[in-house]
Amino acid sequence: MQGARRITYSGWGRVHRATGPVARPHAADAIDGTAPAFGNRRSYGDAPLNDGGGACDMTAQNRILAFDPRAGVLTAEAGVTLGTLARVLPARGWLPPVLPGTGFATLGGAVAMDVHGKNHHAAGSFCQHVTALTLVQNGQRRPVTPETDPALWAATCGGLGQTGVITQVTLQLAACPGDVMVVTERRVADWAEHIARLDASDAAYCVGWIDATASGAALGRGILEEAEVGRGLPPARPAPRRVPLDAPHWALSAPIVRAFNSLYYHRVPATGRTTVRPFDGFFFPLDRIHDWNKLYGRRGFHQFQCVVPPEQAEALRAMLAEIADSGLASPLAVLKRMGPGRAGYLSFPMGGYTLAVDFPNRAAARALIARLEDLTVAAGGRIYLAKDALATGDRVKAMYPDHPRWLSRVAAADPDGALETDMVRRLDLRRT
Amino acid sequence: MEQTWIILGASSTMARALMQKLAEAGAGLVLAGRRMDDLQASASDALARGAALAEPVAFDARDPDSFQPVIDRALDQPGQINCAVFVGSMPPQAEIDADPGLLDGVIADSFTGPARFLQMLAPHLEARGSGTVVGVGSVAGDRGRIGNYVYGGAKGGFATYLSGLRNRLGRSGVHVLTVKPGPVDTAMTQGMEGLPFPTTAEAVAEDILAGVGRGRDVLYTRRIWWPIMLVIRAIPEHLFKKMSI
Repeated sequence: MQGARRITYSGWGRVHRATGPVARPHAADAIDGTAPAFGNRRSYGDAPLNDGGGACDMTAQNRILAFDPRAGVLTAEAGVTLGTLARVLPARGWLPPVLPGTGFATLGGAVAMDVHGKNHHAAGSFCQHVTALTLVQNGQRRPVTPETDPALWAATCGGLGQTGVITQVTLQLAACPGDVMVVTERRVADWAEHIARLDASDAAYCVGWIDATASGAALGRGILEEAEVGRGLPPARPAPRRVPLDAPHWALSAPIVRAFNSLYYHRVPATGRTTVRPFDGFFFPLDRIHDWNKLYGRRGFHQFQCVVPPEQAEALRAMLAEIADSGLASPLAVLKRMGPGRAGYLSFPMGGYTLAVDFPNRAAARALIARLEDLTVAAGGRIYLAKDALATGDRVKAMYPDHPRWLSRVAAADPDGALETDMVRRLDLRRT
Repeated sequence: MEQTWIILGASSTMARALMQKLAEAGAGLVLAGRRMDDLQASASDALARGAALAEPVAFDARDPDSFQPVIDRALDQPGQINCAVFVGSMPPQAEIDADPGLLDGVIADSFTGPARFLQMLAPHLEARGSGTVVGVGSVAGDRGRIGNYVYGGAKGGFATYLSGLRNRLGRSGVHVLTVKPGPVDTAMTQGMEGLPFPTTAEAVAEDILAGVGRGRDVLYTRRIWWPIMLVIRAIPEHLFKKMSI
């Protein structure tokens, strides 16, 4: 691509790196679709990387091109972040229908990963609310909707950017009848209570934080967070802070994580509490600490996230037990109920429960993650490619039965493999 | 008070970053530039973000006939009128050396065009007794260097003009901020390798708004450029003429 600069870059986990010419086009017509695109690279592994080849940084493509405040329909360039939309839309009565855990995710990335949010059980996945896309395939602009080309649509939603560079996204927004999030937090004592409370919740947004260091009778203890949009005055949010440099390797060692998790658990009163939070504080709690991935030091970190069918909750409990016994977990561990909503062949969501846990990048953690992947396959579940940096192609293809259909549509859309990424090569996804 | 910002060179990357922040604060925007389709897209973006007004108006720094309609559009609005100048052009020095005819355009884009525009706008700002003018110059304007002395000359002239305008308008309660960015990741610097202390358009826009808020007169962004240019300006000419920095 024209105007490319040679840089070394990585995903959010900072384990894999890539070096190559990266262009950051400011004019939309400079995007030619001859190199894979990335946004803010909030995928953890190598999904946004193309080592040795070119890449297209979409973050300068950041304009909202059309907004209909009556119908709540918005068309924007792919580099617009979900955080931007969550910031500017509530005052106009709308909210993005699905928000992942970071507001730095771009629209293009949200489509390519078919992301989900704390409301997945009710609202489904991101792409289920997308009504039209513009792809650039080898210099050609191509509008797509679910009606005009259902197979191309399904190969694009959650399709890792392999069907063309996503340049524009049209989104049906959700009505936002308020100004704040009303959040109720409750302690849950163990795994059984955690699952029972997730099942019983009828809140619009529902997520469980797990103390992944607790074992034995306390296994699965945590805090259940349920939230609804409400009316009121949003509290001021403290100014963002930045992690200035790589933390030493012991910063997230087992005793420190145990101590932190215990404090975090007991911070919520035993009787629970209801508080009011600003939208960004609720949806993107970690965005307040810029570059928090540096807390894991130079070696980086991994996130393991899997989903298993509802009847396999016991398998998930067994995974959590292994994690707790390993002493490798970090404070970030999340349990959610998922609905069946998904939009593409390689979309992650399926009905059931999803568990996400961060690990520092160590040999023992990599071995544990491989074991967890095996347990996921055995439970009929799958791992989330937005988080993956370690899996093998065989495992992933076993988890995604629609891979052959994705592959045949991708082969037609990008016959020369111009959009292949490091992840696609590592997982051998462009072959059966 | 209601604020309306005239943005000269509204298609520039830095202008877009500033406009997005102004729009989210609810300001009105008059988007002045040459590429109407691009301005229309930026106007839609500004309105979606909450701008009270976002209107594209054709403007060409080399065509003084295009100036008055821009001013008239802003004067339609009540409240405070502000103006941010992002116009400028930077063809490679070697191209200008080969074709001296290019020089007039660079001077018009980066200096005489916007200066004439501000000269026409100034009485209206004085009459309203308030307002802010943000003029984007460049660290290149602080010293004539072999690498881009025509662009530097134009930006240097513009900075001197802004200094005088500040002296004049300050008496009427109008504030003039001169911004001197180092290399910024913009469409203008695409593909240039090895630029020292680069910054982003978003960071420049934040610095501009902070500078406006604090009533700063001259602002280097990134800040490291202030001591660097202090040193570069202090190099005696008989040494500087032999240097290629």
